[in-house]
Amino acid sequence: MKIKIALAGNPNCGKTTLFNALTGSNQFVGNWPGVTVEKKEGKLKKHDDVVITDLPGIYSLSPYTLEEVVARNYLIQERPEAILNIIDGTNLERNLYLTTQLVELGIPVVVAVNMMDVVNKNGDKIDTNALGKALGCKVVEISALKGTGIEEAAEAAIHAAQNTKTIPQHSFSGVVEHAIAHIEEVAVHTLPEEQQRFFAIKIFERDEKIIEQLGLTQDNRKHIETDIEAAEKELDDDAESIITNERYVYIASIIKQCYKKKNNGGLTVSDKIDKVVTNRILALPIFAVVMFIVYYISVTTVGTVATDWANDGVFGDGWHLFGIGAGEYEDVSGEFGDAANVIDAFVTAEGADDVADAIDTESDTFDASAAASALDTFAASVSDDATADYTLVDEETLAEEDVTYTGAELKEAVATYTSYGCEEPDPADYGVWVPGLPGIIESGLDAVNCADWLKGLILDGIVAGVGAVLGFVPQMLVLFIFLAFLESCGYMARIAFVMDRIFRKFGLSGKSFIPILIGTGCGVPGIMASRTIENERDRRMTIMTTTFIPCGAKLPFIAMIAGAIFGGAPWVAPSAYFLGIVAIICSGIILKKTKMFAGDPAPFVMELPAYHWPTVSNVLRSMWERGWSFIKKAGTIILLSTIIVWFTTYFGVVDGAFRMLTEDEISNSILATIGNAIAWIFAPLGWGNWQAAVASITGLVAKENIVGTLGILYGGGDGTVYSNMASHFTVVSGYAFLAFNLLCAPCFAAIGAIKREMNNAKWTWFAIGYQCGFAYLVAFVINQLGSIALGTANVFGIIVSIVLIVLFIFLLVRPYKESTTLSNRAVKVK
Amino acid sequence: MKTLKEVKIGETCKVVRLHGEGAVKRRIMDMGITKGVDVFVRKVAPLGDPVEVTVRGYELSLRKADAEMIEVE
Repeated sequence: MKIKIALAGNPNCGKTTLFNALTGSNQFVGNWPGVTVEKKEGKLKKHDDVVITDLPGIYSLSPYTLEEVVARNYLIQERPEAILNIIDGTNLERNLYLTTQLVELGIPVVVAVNMMDVVNKNGDKIDTNALGKALGCKVVEISALKGTGIEEAAEAAIHAAQNTKTIPQHSFSGVVEHAIAHIEEVAVHTLPEEQQRFFAIKIFERDEKIIEQLGLTQDNRKHIETDIEAAEKELDDDAESIITNERYVYIASIIKQCYKKKNNGGLTVSDKIDKVVTNRILALPIFAVVMFIVYYISVTTVGTVATDWANDGVFGDGWHLFGIGAGEYEDVSGEFGDAANVIDAFVTAEGADDVADAIDTESDTFDASAAASALDTFAASVSDDATADYTLVDEETLAEEDVTYTGAELKEAVATYTSYGCEEPDPADYGVWVPGLPGIIESGLDAVNCADWLKGLILDGIVAGVGAVLGFVPQMLVLFIFLAFLESCGYMARIAFVMDRIFRKFGLSGKSFIPILIGTGCGVPGIMASRTIENERDRRMTIMTTTFIPCGAKLPFIAMIAGAIFGGAPWVAPSAYFLGIVAIICSGIILKKTKMFAGDPAPFVMELPAYHWPTVSNVLRSMWERGWSFIKKAGTIILLSTIIVWFTTYFGVVDGAFRMLTEDEISNSILATIGNAIAWIFAPLGWGNWQAAVASITGLVAKENIVGTLGILYGGGDGTVYSNMASHFTVVSGYAFLAFNLLCAPCFAAIGAIKREMNNAKWTWFAIGYQCGFAYLVAFVINQLGSIALGTANVFGIIVSIVLIVLFIFLLVRPYKESTTLSNRAVKVK
Repeated sequence: MKTLKEVKIGETCKVVRLHGEGAVKRRIMDMGITKGVDVFVRKVAPLGDPVEVTVRGYELSLRKADAEMIEVE
């Protein structure tokens, strides 16, 4: 027989540790339908027929938080065969509050008192037999961390599922019991007997969701109402408070019987840590230091190394194993490159085509010794005082720098160049070189004479797409270790405590700080970091706004715009960050007042759990679960969209024939056709040319692609990329172009992460739509109002801009009241 | 009427009753702040809000706006 056991308990009581200990690696992690609350299921070790469901951590079965509703609906509707209720032995009083509600459900309950090792160490005593008698269910002692008592707890739950019933021992005061008895008779007598009490109490509490579920008639409700009112009058409180109060009074009486606290009076270690960490003066500096460490390691140092390794190594040319030979190769490759530049400068200046042909390694007739002698002759023919001008182009931003070389330098360069055999140094000759996947696959495809288009699809479409998915994972894992550590040691709750005051003003949680901070490095792990925010509304808001902050991949693009259009003005880059921060703040304030968000309350009544040292296995497991869920849930969308963009970029009609294109022919591509067709949309933003539209689309694959695409589209012809761009954009339309691409939908990888974290198609589209719409309007206003300064404004555009600004201000300042009930929409959990 | 918001740091007070309604009130009660319980105000966050209290042997943080709903002796 299959047995379902639900694992229930407060947050921070060791539930996850127990679940991991019970199920081992036999887990399935997903989401509860339609919501972002995580759902975990697993088979009990050594019992294939026992499934354990890990319910969200909850304090109560009230209907006010999503986690509570999810847990409650599961218990009522799925009716597991038993509930294993884990409670924290060091925090008995509040933990038992949930227990008093669970025992009323009519499902057999086994209580597992966790952290018994700590309780014993403190010298406290818990009489579990007496506790079991008082609660009406079996109570076992465990330590999830040490692994003691766990199997006994599971066996007890299985035994309870098959053999026993849990009958609540607690009764409320006379007048309440009278009302409950009456309710049972009137409203719930059709339900199985053991379930009646739970529903009757909920009806007494006027729990709208239960009343709706039961479909009570108006008549019955009125009838019941008189009983409830009588009780309320007698006890001078509202029904909900009466029930809660009496539960806690009852718990206090149980505690007196079965719990002996050895009063040591002194501060615990956790208290001492907290005294320093959330100290009024030290809290912010300590917070800054912790954030710096997280950022420095997961973004700046280890994270960058990991991302570069994944993107440029595994999914690029290759990498030096353990970095052996990497430095040496970089030196020689730099030296060779410099020498090649000098030679190129003189060969071009002197028009020495024969030399250029001789050193062309791509040519079929290339011969190293012939090339060397051609160079030597050429260098000898140039006098030491001769000069040649050259323009160096930065690989990342395409920024240009003019230099002048002398004949003396040429002679040195030729010497260096020939010493390498006139061929670029091969990284494989230095240290231990591991070739990248594309290289390996390419040589494999070449060996079987694969068609060019298929090779392109596999290498530039599929492999690059998979690379886009997996390339972020190493960095993400580094970050997830930190998050798991901060969460399980208890500091994450303190971050919310310290930062709440600032962030709640714009509808975010204090914990939103981390996603946004990480977002300055890369939006993908930034969005994934929002997982630590418990409140669904805050989490959604954070997911939607995190990518407004410029990420690392946007920096080359910002530098390009600054260099090409603003003559390298130093204020452009800081203004991009400023724009991002303002966008987050304004969006937060506007969105929290919209229908989508205003529905749900965000009470900030939060436990600050005791600090404790997390276990390595829990941290690693959490890291892996989050990383894997990104690969699985975000992977498909990233892969597919990368392939589609690749296809439209590299295929097109040339001279009436549809074929695959080379890199320089992008102006004939399908994408260019699309760009032409949609360019008019961007005309009001000041950059209605197809090149800019196409670049924005390729930017969706990865934001740094914008630079490369613009380089191809504005390259060629007269002038440089930068000068061509300068002639296509004014300062105003250039900035509008920048603003749009900073704020609009992020890259596909980030969109995949948004989809994963929203776990809801409607919300994903809402997020993308909002970002694009917001970006469009901001760019529109910048262009239209900026045009006034240039004297090219049109009246219509100015009027629309002013209307937009007025509307924007209205949305920012309009009054709004925080809701106090969970909206129905959020709770349609089946 | 004195509320929890007015209680100074380092002082202990007894809860008389809770005002307001809905999710926030229920949440506060669920967390153990009910009639007659002793609440110790432990500290205030560096930016002046929220506050941290000790109730029923554990630490709880709540905003001053919510603390205002809690009437104390």
